[in-house]
Amino acid sequence: MSHPSTYKPASGFDKWLDDRLPIVRLAHDSFVDFPTPKNLNYWYTFGGILAICLVIQIITGVILAMHYVPHTSMAFDSVEHIMRDVNYGWLMRYVHANGGSMFFLAVYIHMFRGVYYGSYKEPREVLWMLGVVIYLLMMATAFMGYVLPWGQMSYWGATVITNLFSAIPLVGEDIRTLLWGGFSVDNPTLNRFYSLHYLLPFAIAGVVMLHIWALHIPGNANPTGVEVKDVKKDTVPFHPYYTVKDSFAIVVFLILFAAFVFFNPNGLGHPDNYIEANPLATPASIVPEWYYLPFYAILRAITFDIGPISSKLGGVMAMFGSILVLFVLPWLDTSKVRSMRYRPAAKMFFFIFIAACLVLGYLGGKPAEGSYVFYAQIATAYYFSFFLIILPLLGFMETPKPLPRSIAESVLKTPKAGDATTAGAHNAPAQ
Amino acid sequence: MRQRNRGKGMTPMIMIRTLMVAAIVGLVGVTGAAASGSTAEKPIHGHWHFAGPFGTYDKDALQRGYQVYETVCSSCHGLEQVSFRNLGQKGGPFHLDSCPAGIPDTVDCANPNQNPVVKALAAQYRFQVADGPDDSGDMFERAAMPSDRIPGPFANEVIARLANNNALPPDLSLITKARHHGPDYVYSLLVGYEETPATVEVSPGQYYNPYFHGDMSQALRTEFLDENGHAHEGVEIPIGGVLAMAPPLSDGMIEYGDGSPATVEQYAADVTEFLMWAAEPKLEARKSLGVMSLIYLVILAGLLYWSYRKVWSDQH
Amino acid sequence: MTTEISDAGPSEDGEPTRRDFIHIFAAATAAVGAGATIWPLVHQMNPDASVLALSTKEIDLSSISLGQAIKVMWQGKPVFIRHRTEAEIAEGEATPMGALKDDASRNDNLAEAVDATDAARVTARDGEARPQWLIVVGICTHLGCIPLGTSSGENRGDYNGWFCPCHGSHYDIAGRIRKGPAPENLEIPRYEFLSDTVVKIG
Repeated sequence: MSHPSTYKPASGFDKWLDDRLPIVRLAHDSFVDFPTPKNLNYWYTFGGILAICLVIQIITGVILAMHYVPHTSMAFDSVEHIMRDVNYGWLMRYVHANGGSMFFLAVYIHMFRGVYYGSYKEPREVLWMLGVVIYLLMMATAFMGYVLPWGQMSYWGATVITNLFSAIPLVGEDIRTLLWGGFSVDNPTLNRFYSLHYLLPFAIAGVVMLHIWALHIPGNANPTGVEVKDVKKDTVPFHPYYTVKDSFAIVVFLILFAAFVFFNPNGLGHPDNYIEANPLATPASIVPEWYYLPFYAILRAITFDIGPISSKLGGVMAMFGSILVLFVLPWLDTSKVRSMRYRPAAKMFFFIFIAACLVLGYLGGKPAEGSYVFYAQIATAYYFSFFLIILPLLGFMETPKPLPRSIAESVLKTPKAGDATTAGAHNAPAQ
Repeated sequence: MRQRNRGKGMTPMIMIRTLMVAAIVGLVGVTGAAASGSTAEKPIHGHWHFAGPFGTYDKDALQRGYQVYETVCSSCHGLEQVSFRNLGQKGGPFHLDSCPAGIPDTVDCANPNQNPVVKALAAQYRFQVADGPDDSGDMFERAAMPSDRIPGPFANEVIARLANNNALPPDLSLITKARHHGPDYVYSLLVGYEETPATVEVSPGQYYNPYFHGDMSQALRTEFLDENGHAHEGVEIPIGGVLAMAPPLSDGMIEYGDGSPATVEQYAADVTEFLMWAAEPKLEARKSLGVMSLIYLVILAGLLYWSYRKVWSDQH
Repeated sequence: MTTEISDAGPSEDGEPTRRDFIHIFAAATAAVGAGATIWPLVHQMNPDASVLALSTKEIDLSSISLGQAIKVMWQGKPVFIRHRTEAEIAEGEATPMGALKDDASRNDNLAEAVDATDAARVTARDGEARPQWLIVVGICTHLGCIPLGTSSGENRGDYNGWFCPCHGSHYDIAGRIRKGPAPENLEIPRYEFLSDTVVKIG
C-alpha cells in the first residue's frame, strides 16, 4: 500500500547512499514498515514460499549447469555423472527436480487462494495478470527443464508438446520445424531448450519484481475482501509480524520438500526417464509431470471436430484457452463482493471447480480411452463454465452474506485466524 | 426476501450433490475400464534392507550380488554407468576402511582407486577394456583398472541384437529406478518364471513370465479362439507376457563364499540388492543427511512458531 | 532485527531479555542451517570422484632410450620424464648450491624441504634416489607456460635442461631454475616405482 516513507537513515553513510540510491529506503518501506492487513491467514504465506522456491531453483540450477552437458550423446550420462560422481551432485539434482514439483504445488495453492478471496478484483487486476504471466513462464521453463535429462519421457514429452504447434493452421508445420531446428526433436532442440531453460527463470524473477511492485501499490488483499480503512486498526507492519509468520510457513513447507528430496526423490518422477532417450521406441504411455496433467486431460478431451476446427486444433485451443482465460478473470467475475467467504453459492461452485481440476489431473495420467475421455469432457466443460458462465452470472444472481465493516471488526469476531474454510465458517455473521 | 434467498441457496446445493454423485460413479466406472491390453502380475513385495527412512545396504548381500551379476547377468547385460572404483567407494560392496595385512603403508585402501580388492576385480574381469590408439595407431584391449567403467558384453547394439535373437538386453545400471516398484519387479521377474500355460503358444526363444508386461491374448492357441479371433467363453487369458531372456538363475549354479544358500531366491535377492546399489549408490548418504535435515527443520519450525506467537501476542 | 522484534509488543512477564531470547535463538538456528547449506553448494565445485580417479597414472619407462625425454599427461598437466646419461648426472651433481636461484628441493616425495641437490631431485616416494630418471611437472614456475627441451632438437637453454620461451627462464639438467624470471625449480610430482621400468605418478 502506498504510504509515506518512514525510513530514517541511521548513519552518515546511510544518508549519503539514500540521497543517491534510495535502495535501503525501498527495502524498508516494502518489507519492514509496509502496512499489511492484520488478518492474513496461512494461505497468504505462499507468496513468500514461492519466492524461496524460485531462489532454490535458480541456485541449484546454476550449479547443475556447471556439470551438465547439453548434447544428445552426453546429456543422459552427464546427469548420471552428477548423481554419482559430483560432490553432493545427487542432492543438487534431487532438490532441483523435486523443487519444480514443490514450486507448482505452491503456485497452485497461491492461485486457488487468489480465486477464493477474489484477489484479482479491482484494483489488483494487473497484479493478477502478472501472476498469470509468471505461471506461463514457469510452465515453459519446467517443460524445457524436463527435456534436459534426455530420458525417454524427456524425449517423447518434447515430441508430443512441440507437435501441438503443428495444429496451428497454415504455419503450424513451419513453427514446429523452427522449434526443433530440424525435422525431429534432436540435438539442436536440446541445445536451445537448455539455453532457454537457463534464461527464463531470470525473466520470471523480473516479472516477480513487477508482481511485488503491483502488490505494493494497492497493498495486500485479505480474507474479508474489505479494504483497509484505518491503517492503525486494520494493519500491522510487515516486519516482524509477517516476516516471522512467513518464515514459519516456509520452514514447514521445507519439511515437506525435504521429505520428498531425501526419502522419496523419484516418487514424483516417471521411471521411464531413467531410460535414455530412444527415437525408435515410444514408451507404453506418455505422461507429463503431474502439474501438467489437468491441461493434458483438457487437450485430450476434445475428440470431436467443431465446425471447421479439427479435434487436434480444438484440443490445443482448449488447452491454451484454459490458461488464457485466467487473464480475463477479473472482468468475468461480476460480483461486487470480493471474498467468497461471503458468497455461499460461489464458494460451492469454487470447491466443485477444485474437484474438477483434481479429476482432470487424475484423468490426465490415464490412457485416453473409454470412459476416461467422457469424464474428462465433463470436467473440461465445468472448468470453462466456471469462468465463462458461472462467475459472470453469479454476480447478478446470488445474495451475498453481509460484510464486516472493517478488517479490525472481522478480527475481533474471529477467535483465531484459521484456514480458509474454517475462517469462512467462523466469519459467517449470526443472523 | 428470506425465502428467495433460501431458494437460491438450494439450487447449487442440489447441483453439487448431483455432480458429486456423478463424479464418484464416474471414477468407480473408470477404474474398471482399464482392464484390456497389457497386463502383469503385481510384483512380490520384498522386505529390502535398504527400504525405509533408515534403510542401508547389506554389504554382504552387495558382494554376493556382484558375484551373481558378474557370473550370470554380465554375459548379456552391461552396467555402463558403474566404474570399478565405485565398488570400493564408501557404501560400496568392497569398500575397505583400512588395509588388510601385507599391503605396503603407501597404499590408502579407503581410496577406491587404490583398493586392492577392486584392483584385482578389475584386472581379472571377464571382459577387457577397449583402449588406444597405441604408438602404431592400432586400437587394443587391456585389463581394466579401477577408473574404468565396467566393460559390457557387446561392443554395440547391432552385435547385442545379433547375439540375442534380435532382442536388446537392457543395461542394468538404472534398472531398479527405470521400472515401477523397481527392486520388487527385478526380484519377481527373476524368480517368477513359470511353465507356459496350456492355452497359449510361445514362439521359440521366448519365455513366459507373469511379471513381465505383455498381452497374452495375442498368443492364445487357435483352438481357443472363435472365428472372429476372440477367446472362447471361459478361456482364461494368462496374466503377464513373454520375454527373450531364458530363466537366468538355477539352484546351485553359484557357490557363495560365505555359506549363504545357493538358491534362486537368494541369488535374485542378492543381485537385486546389488542392482539397487548400482542405480542409487548415494542412498545411504541421502537418508542419513535427510534424517538430520528433518530433525533440524522440525526444531527450527518449533522455534519459529514460538517466536511467531510471541510477536503476535499483542494482536490476538 | 531482534531489537525491532522486541519493540513489537508489550512483554508478558515484563522482562525484555527473556522475550528477546526466543527470537535470537530462532534466528541463530536459522543462520546455522543456512551456513550448513553453503557447504554442499561450494563443495560441488571441488574435483569430483571421476576426476580423482584419474589422479594417478602408470607409465612404462622401458621405451625411453638413454638421453631421451618424453612428455606425458597427468591430471591435465604435462610431466617430463628424462632418461639421463652418466654425463648429465655428473653435471647435475657437480652444480654448487650457491649457483642455484632456488635452493629448495621442490620434491613432493620428500616429507620436508631439503637442499636442491641432484639426489634430492630424483628421490622417489620410497626415499630411494634413481639418478637416471628425472620426473618433473613441465610447467614453468613463472606464469605457467610449458618449457621447451623435451623433444630432440628443441632449445634446451643455457644449462642443458629446459628453456621457457614465454619469458626466457633457463632450467638445468635437474630441472632447477638457473636464469630468468621463474622463482622456483620445476615441481617434482609424487611418484613411485612399481618395478624397475614402471612408474606410478600421483
